[in-house]
Amino acid sequence: MALLTLSGIRVRYGSVEVLHGIDMHVEEGEIVTILGANGAGKSTTLLAVSGLVRPFEGDIRLDGESLLRLKPHQVVGLGVSQSPEGRRVFGSLSVLENLDLGAFLVKDGPKRSKTLEWIFSLFPRLAERKGQLAGTLSGGEQQMLAIGRALMAQPRLLLLDEPSLGLAPLLVRSIFETIRTINASGVTVLLVEQNASAALKLATRGYVLEVGNMVMEAPAKDLLADPAIREAYLGG
Amino acid sequence: MEQFFQQLLNGLAVGGIYALVALGYTMVYGVLKLINFAHGDLFTIGAYLGLTLLISCNIAGMLPPAAAVLAVFVMVGCLVAILGVILERAAYRPLRDAGRLSAVVSALGASIFFQNAIMLIYGARYYVYPDFLRPNFTVHLLGVAVPGVRLLVIGTSVGLMLLLWAFIHRTRIGAAVRAVAIDPDAARLMGINVDAVISLVFLVGPALGGVAGLMVGIYYGQVDFTMGWMYGLKAFTAAILGGIGNIPGAMLGGMLLGLLESLSAAYVAMAWKDAIAFLVLILILIARPTGILGERTAEKL
Ligand SMILES: Nc1ncnc2c1ncn2[C@@H]1O[C@H](COP(=O)(O)OP(=O)(O)OP(=O)(O)O)[C@@H](O)[C@H]1O
Ligand SMILES: [Mg+2]
Repeated sequence: MALLTLSGIRVRYGSVEVLHGIDMHVEEGEIVTILGANGAGKSTTLLAVSGLVRPFEGDIRLDGESLLRLKPHQVVGLGVSQSPEGRRVFGSLSVLENLDLGAFLVKDGPKRSKTLEWIFSLFPRLAERKGQLAGTLSGGEQQMLAIGRALMAQPRLLLLDEPSLGLAPLLVRSIFETIRTINASGVTVLLVEQNASAALKLATRGYVLEVGNMVMEAPAKDLLADPAIREAYLGG
Repeated sequence: MEQFFQQLLNGLAVGGIYALVALGYTMVYGVLKLINFAHGDLFTIGAYLGLTLLISCNIAGMLPPAAAVLAVFVMVGCLVAILGVILERAAYRPLRDAGRLSAVVSALGASIFFQNAIMLIYGARYYVYPDFLRPNFTVHLLGVAVPGVRLLVIGTSVGLMLLLWAFIHRTRIGAAVRAVAIDPDAARLMGINVDAVISLVFLVGPALGGVAGLMVGIYYGQVDFTMGWMYGLKAFTAAILGGIGNIPGAMLGGMLLGLLESLSAAYVAMAWKDAIAFLVLILILIARPTGILGERTAEKL
C-alpha cells in the first residue's frame, strides 16, 4: 500500500476551483516531485495534505487512513511535516526555539536532543546561530531552518515546498544534497520545485501539474529525457 | 518627598492593576487580532465574585485571614478563567471565519450581556467591599509609612507578571503561544493545536483580569457594575501604549499609565489626571504609532 494517496481531490478558494481532481501517490522511501508552472496548484496540493486547505471532493490517505477529518496538528502527529513555501520561520523567536517548536509533539526530551544534533550536523550553520532571532538570518539560513524545523517532528513523510527558492546556486546544490541525505536516512520526500532539473535528478518519480490537473506521471529519468517536458520546464 | 514616594507606590499599585487587565487585551489581540471588548466586564465579574465569596460564602469565617485571601484570589482567578473560555467558545469561535467585523459585533454583544447579567444579579447600586481582608498593617520603607494593602497589590501584580513572563518565554507551551501570534498556519504545521492555544489565552487573560477586579475591590473598598468600562478603557489604552499584542508592552504601558495618573493627580490636579494621562498617551503614539515596544506590525507577543 502506498504511504500517501490522493484520489480525485478538488479544492476551491472561495468560488474559484484550483484543483480539478488530482490523483497521485507516494511510496515509502521515494522522493517524488511535482512540476508545474506558477499557479498550477502545487502548493495547494501540499497544503491539502497537511490539512490547511480542505478538498470538497476526493480523499487523501496515509497508510490507507483518511486524513480529511483530521486537524493540521493531528496530521503532523501521524508523521507528515511540511516546510512551507516562503519558509514561514517565526522571526521573533530564536533559531533554537523555532527548531524546538518543530518537535512540539515529540514529548521525549532526549529524543528531541538527538534529532537536534542530527539537524545541526546536516546544517552546521544553524548550530552556529542557534541563539540568534530567526528573523535576522539570511534567506538561505532561514531555508535551512525551515527544513530543519520540519525534520524536528521526525516525520515519515516530509513535504518540501520550493526549498531552493531565492538561493545562490552553490547553496541550492547543498540543499539538494541534504535532501538526498535526509531521504537516505529513511524519510520519504514529496518535493515541489521551480528548479525542475535539479528536482528530477534527485527524484524517483515526477508528476506534472497543469492549471489544477495532473497531466503526467513518470519516472524522473523519463521526464528528464522527455522533449516536451524539457521544453516546458527545463528551459529547452 | 514623602508625598512623592507615596504617589509613586500608589501609581505602581494602580498601574499593576491596569497592567494585569491590559495583558488580557494584548494576549487575545496577539493570537486572534481581535479586541475582546468583554474583557472589562470579566474584570468586573472578578470583583463581584470576590464579594460573593467573601460575604455570602463566608470564606473569611472559615479560614485564617492569609489563607482566606489566597483562597479568594485563586477561586476568583479560576472562575473568571472558566468564563473566559466559555466566552471564546460561544461568542468568538463560531465566527472565526466570518470576518473581523462580525467578531467585533459579537464582542460588543458579549460585553453588554455580561454588564446586564451583573446588574440583574447584583443590582445597579455600588457595593462596599468587606474590609476584614484588607491588610491593616503598615510597613516603614525609607522612613515612610506605607499601607500594607498597597504593597499587597503591587506584590501580587508584579508576581503574576513575572510568572506570566516566565511561562511565555521559558516554556515550550509559551513558545507555542508566541508562534501562534506570529503565524497561526505555520504553527499548525509544527503540530500545535491552535484552538487549544486560543483557549489557553482565554484562560490566562481573564484569570489575570478577574484577579485585578478583586484587587480593585480590596484596594478601594468599593465596586459597582460600570467599573469594568473605565478600567477596561484605561487598560486597553495601556495595551496600545505599550504596543498591542506585546506582553512586556502591556506590563510597561499599564505601569506607566498608573504612574502618570497618580503623579498628575498629586502635582497638577485630581480632576486633570485622566486628561494628562491621555495627553501623554497621544504624544507617545505620535512619536511611536505602534506603541513603546510595538513592532512594525505589532504581532509579537
Ligand atoms: N489563499 C488563496 N486564496 C485564493 N486563491 C488562492 C489562494 N492560494 C492560492 N490561490 C490560487 O490558487 C491557484 C494555485 O495556487 P498555488 O499556490 O497552489 O500554486 P503553485 O503551483 O504553488 O504556484 P507557485 O509556483 O507560484 O508557487 C493560483 O491561481 C492562486 O492564485
Ligand atoms: Mg507554490
